[in-house]
Amino acid sequence: MITLNYRDSRPIYEQIKDGIKRLVVTGAVAADEKLPSVRELASSLAINPNTIQRAYRELEQEGYVYTVAGKGSFAGSNHQIDTRRIDELLAAFDKSVAELRFLGISTEELCSRIHDPKEGE
Amino acid sequence: MIEVKNIVKTFDGFEALSGCSLEVKPGSVYGLVGPNGAGKSTLIRCLTGVYKPDSGQISIDGEPIWENAGLKSRIAYIPDDLYYFMSASTREMMNFYKGLYPKFDASRYEKLKDVFTSIDEKAPIRRLSKGMQKQSAFWLAMCQCPDYVILDEPVDGLDPVMRRQVWSILMNEVAERGISVLVSSHNLRELEDVCDHVGIMSHGKILLQRSLSDLQDSITKVQLVFNEIKELPQNLEVLHRSEVGRITTIIVRGSSGEVLNKLSTIDPLLADALPLTLEEIFIYELGGEDYHVKDIIL
Repeated sequence: MITLNYRDSRPIYEQIKDGIKRLVVTGAVAADEKLPSVRELASSLAINPNTIQRAYRELEQEGYVYTVAGKGSFAGSNHQIDTRRIDELLAAFDKSVAELRFLGISTEELCSRIHDPKEGE
Repeated sequence: MIEVKNIVKTFDGFEALSGCSLEVKPGSVYGLVGPNGAGKSTLIRCLTGVYKPDSGQISIDGEPIWENAGLKSRIAYIPDDLYYFMSASTREMMNFYKGLYPKFDASRYEKLKDVFTSIDEKAPIRRLSKGMQKQSAFWLAMCQCPDYVILDEPVDGLDPVMRRQVWSILMNEVAERGISVLVSSHNLRELEDVCDHVGIMSHGKILLQRSLSDLQDSITKVQLVFNEIKELPQNLEVLHRSEVGRITTIIVRGSSGEVLNKLSTIDPLLADALPLTLEEIFIYELGGEDYHVKDIIL
């Protein structure tokens, strides 16, 4: 479900954060469904519970999850998500565009791609 | 809460600990790292009341540890060099521990039997291999239901499956019962997963102690390609610099955001901030202490 890659240069908490985020974004865990608890993740991944807590806390601030006291964390729905993520994704998009242009892809080709994105290919 | 203030311990005039201070907060996992001979094991032996420090204070939950049996019964300590009675088996040690530790839980012993399947509980512990002796020590330690777990090189000698198993049990205890753990290790990769605080020791002192996230924010690696201005801004504290072709790699103090902000003044063609691993932080921090890998050809 959530896997850690030790060759990945990102810190562990970020990998956990991305793992949980992926569960929510792909709908693997539907909106308002319960996410794995801190204790479950700490023992299954052998990771410090405070690290997992931190990942959940940040995801909560960004709106991907919400916490009910005494019950655990639940998947949020898309309208709660922070605009910062949109900025981040746009920055990543800009980066890709710059590289694609360098590789000789024309603006027209890029535009047509936006109108008709090939998902998952 | 474990508090150590300014402790000094000398052996035959050699100062193994020279004014060492540290603090382990409740529910936290503290990783103690440092080069060989830095004083990690001495510090741990003082903390567990095996050694009496020459000066300074050690208190656990506000009480001194020295000759304090009540406090010691709440601490599980696994030393680097294990000691067991002649021909005692794990089961016999369990019965012995049961009389020593008031919170000893025999049902945990039975449960953990499923985890440590390779150990014959009736076999004399001294006849087991090094790794198996460690497993046996860990098995007994977890039955004590300790509030504090102090481990000196705990996973040294354990196979990869057992290491993960041991950490998984410990992390579960931290999440469930809020125990505090102090662990010394050279396996920095592993510490990075399990610790939230790290103390780097050198020459009998704690060089720095911080939360792992602060530590990772305090030092950054940047790969950059210069544009027109070929000089780094003056206000950067550069620990290390190397160049491969046009790419300059620098290790700088400060969080990635701060560093990139300062670098933006020289308008580099490319500047990528990369997080540092604990191993890299260890090497660069001690590099300032004149401890580094030397190039030598035999």
